[in-house]
Amino acid sequence: MISWYVTQASSYAADVDDLFLLIALIVGAFFLAAELVLFWLIVKFRARPGVKARYLAGEKTSETKWVSYPHYLVLVFDIIIVAAALRVWFDVKIDLPPAEERVRIIAQQWAWTFVHAGPDGQLDTADDIRTVNVLNLQVNRLYHFELHSKDTLHSFSVPAFRLKQDAVPGRSIVGWFRPTVTGEFDIQCAELCGIGHGLMAARVRIRSAAAQAAWMETAPRMPQLAAVTPAVTARRGER
Amino acid sequence: MTSRPIATTRSVMGVPTGRLAVWWVLASETVLFGGLLGSYVMMRLRHGAWADQAANTNTWTGAFNTLVLLTSSLSAVLAHQAAERADGPKAARLLRYTILGGGVFLSVKAWEWTHEITEGFTITSSLFWSFYYTAAGLHAAHVVAGMVIMFIVSLTAARNEELHRVENVGIYWHFVDVVWIFLFPLLYIAK
Amino acid sequence: MSGLASHPAVHHDRGFVTYLWSTDHKVIAMQYLFTGMLMALIGGFAVYVFRMQLAFPGQSVPLFGRVSSGQYNSLVTMHGTIMIFWVAMPVLLAAFGNFLIPLMLGCDDMVFPRVNRLSYQVFLLSAVVLVASFAVPGGAFGGAWTAYPPLSANAAYNLTRYGATLWVVAVALEFVAFLLGGINFITTAMNSRAPGMRMFDVPIVVWMIVIASILFMASVGPLIAGAVMLVFDQVLGTGFYDPATGGDPILWQHLFWFFGHPEVYVVLLPAMGIVAEVIAVFSRKKLFGFRTIVYTAVATGVISFFVWAHHQFVAGIDPRMASLFTITTLIISVPIAEMVFCYIATLYGGSITLATPMLWALAFVAEFLLGGVTGIFLGAAGADIYLHDTYFVLAHFHYTFFPIAIIGAFTGITFWFPKMFGRMMDERLGKIHFWVTIIAFNVIFIPLFITGAAGDHRRIFDYSGFPDLATPGLQRLRITATMGLVSLLAVQPVFFYNFIRSMVRGPIASANPWRANTLEWSAPSPPPHGNFAELPVVYRGPYEYSTEDREEDFWPQHLPDDSPTPVASVGDRRSA
Repeated sequence: MISWYVTQASSYAADVDDLFLLIALIVGAFFLAAELVLFWLIVKFRARPGVKARYLAGEKTSETKWVSYPHYLVLVFDIIIVAAALRVWFDVKIDLPPAEERVRIIAQQWAWTFVHAGPDGQLDTADDIRTVNVLNLQVNRLYHFELHSKDTLHSFSVPAFRLKQDAVPGRSIVGWFRPTVTGEFDIQCAELCGIGHGLMAARVRIRSAAAQAAWMETAPRMPQLAAVTPAVTARRGER
Repeated sequence: MTSRPIATTRSVMGVPTGRLAVWWVLASETVLFGGLLGSYVMMRLRHGAWADQAANTNTWTGAFNTLVLLTSSLSAVLAHQAAERADGPKAARLLRYTILGGGVFLSVKAWEWTHEITEGFTITSSLFWSFYYTAAGLHAAHVVAGMVIMFIVSLTAARNEELHRVENVGIYWHFVDVVWIFLFPLLYIAK
Repeated sequence: MSGLASHPAVHHDRGFVTYLWSTDHKVIAMQYLFTGMLMALIGGFAVYVFRMQLAFPGQSVPLFGRVSSGQYNSLVTMHGTIMIFWVAMPVLLAAFGNFLIPLMLGCDDMVFPRVNRLSYQVFLLSAVVLVASFAVPGGAFGGAWTAYPPLSANAAYNLTRYGATLWVVAVALEFVAFLLGGINFITTAMNSRAPGMRMFDVPIVVWMIVIASILFMASVGPLIAGAVMLVFDQVLGTGFYDPATGGDPILWQHLFWFFGHPEVYVVLLPAMGIVAEVIAVFSRKKLFGFRTIVYTAVATGVISFFVWAHHQFVAGIDPRMASLFTITTLIISVPIAEMVFCYIATLYGGSITLATPMLWALAFVAEFLLGGVTGIFLGAAGADIYLHDTYFVLAHFHYTFFPIAIIGAFTGITFWFPKMFGRMMDERLGKIHFWVTIIAFNVIFIPLFITGAAGDHRRIFDYSGFPDLATPGLQRLRITATMGLVSLLAVQPVFFYNFIRSMVRGPIASANPWRANTLEWSAPSPPPHGNFAELPVVYRGPYEYSTEDREEDFWPQHLPDDSPTPVASVGDRRSA
């Protein structure tokens, strides 16, 4: 259902969408059933002259079963949903498949800086490519991202990947994604970060291997500015 | 002013209403201090370097203040006993000793903080000190509040009126004492 | 003028000052109710302005002007803050709690009337502080009602230095006010019940308000501690939440949501209590599974302390913790579902009259069901990765909060209006107000589920910068939502007109126009100072409707066992 509106552009996007659909079917069925029963009862038991209401305390089992059985059913479906949800959660957030490349994402008020590994495939080397507000990826390549913030909380959000991760100052948060279609999609900041929060629009450009290589040829290098975040400078032994 | 409603005279739970209310107040205060001290403990565990800062708290001063508070709690207990024997003036006098104990506690703390601040340990000099002043400060605010309420209670108690309040304010004071008993090791002994 | 004005307090007769300084629980209830209603106007105006900005970005909003991105953040922040803390809580908890508890328990007042008065005074102060923040340099706080640091702690980031501190102070004062109020509710309910009133003879709404007060008192402490730390960061330059000094922004989130999640049940339970009372009365039926409802309310309250981090799934917490919170969050749906099923089951075999209060009560159930089931999407961590901070979340919590704060409030006001003011509200106006409000409400939020699922993220003042979102289709949905809101706001004057006109010139109400059982209906409408000529004794539970072998279909709690239900004293004001 999400895919009616947003392309599935990552390897786990379909899993997230399927989870959404599963939940929608289960809770949708419960919702419709509950509403139908509610409206049917309102209609069926409208006040009629001379007809008295029944005296039912809802304490005998013959009566409570009408509430208990649906509520056990809720529990059963909850367990099914939990299992499905945790599987997706594990795949996206706990599991970390081996990386083919790393990309560094630096959020600040109010722009995104991306540090790409460049042709040698390694971050923090002389051929790194730094861009602002455009993330350049190769299709079908498994990326680890390192997410930083220079000031407030931000949140790296790519709806087409079905990915979201808050950026916390003072921390380097790692995650992964693998783009599966070429094209261009929105990147958003999904955590209120001040008056420019709505201006933190960026784009992810996913290219074929050849096109990505071509881009890397022509992209400007700025090695001395490649990685300026506290986590990295600390690693380098600087203060 | 409004006369007391009949509702106050009922006691379905068997516990006098005033005492029931004080216990509920203490429950919410427990979570307040619990939240603050819990945050402190978690941060402290994460920052081993705070031990260097914590070494500069004066354990002897803290211990003396603990003694002062415990003694003041003793006089609060004696005040309650006097109230039980319907000896209002004596209860009032003992409550005033408790207030005096609170006053000594606050004076010692003022001296202690002045010393620490002039040494450069201010609320912003390190996150340890931020917690130190905030936690002890919040506690001190509760000591002041307790002293004020206790003073008001002592006025009516001296006239042999509303003697049940002596016990209730005593329960509050014991709570303030208990919070300090947690603060003392966390701020002064854990070095 | 009728209502309370015609019953001067026994001890003073100084007009206006009487009402400012009264310790009568009914007067204090009205103070909370009117303050809450006034704050709702401010919160409603705020949402009108920012939704107009969303529908017509960059254009001047009538009655406001052009909306800057900074103002947008302030409006969004203040809307959320006001609606939860200055509308839902005072109306549902403080107004109905104060009005109903002594009456329903057969008391003449709360056990600590002066603490009660103090609670309102502190609350009023908190409202003044909050509203004042609109007028300070920099404007009202713009860091969202959740106030996450570092944004909220650092004026260089939020650009609303004074507004931010006033916001924290106002919220802290509001917390103190409700702690003071809660003491009264809990101790009065525990200790001052009428003779003969056992635990399960206490009406469900009193149970719910008391459980809510306990929940509040048990959960707010850590946030008060957190608020003290936030204010110190803002004003003194401490670094509790600043990584540069060793602090942790996530600490605030834990402290906030440890309170924040139980808080939603603090407002939900009173609303559910009000709805239950009305359903029982207007279906002439015993509440189905009264004890079950109480136990599930307690269970919900307890579990609510263990779900908080579902607000923080992608915040940077240990992802393994998220698994735990998914489980607890889905488990909490079980007792709530059971409560809702009990309400629906109460209708079975009933004799249902669709008077205005009953329409509101049934609408609560119908709408809250959608809010409840959409919560499942968000509690399931795997789906929340995508849905977090989108309009899907917003639509979910409006399908819970709107039923709670607005539908629940209208249910209670239309039901207890005769008791509060001694007059009946107009049924026709009530029904017009009901239908337009409910339809408009759905027109606002169904589109927002869709825009949220399509990727609209929150707290964005203009989607034009996002090519995937700046589509005509999505913009049409945003405009539809705004039009729904405008209609919703446009029909509220009907309610206010009905309210004021009925207070002044409505038909005089008898003591028990709805033919209900609970003790407040045995007092005059409105009750005088002291409530009852003679404090009642209780002989049975509150829901003895349509008892077999009795002529009348209701059996008030205070009637001795051998006496028939007197019809003459009731006065037939049943509406259909």
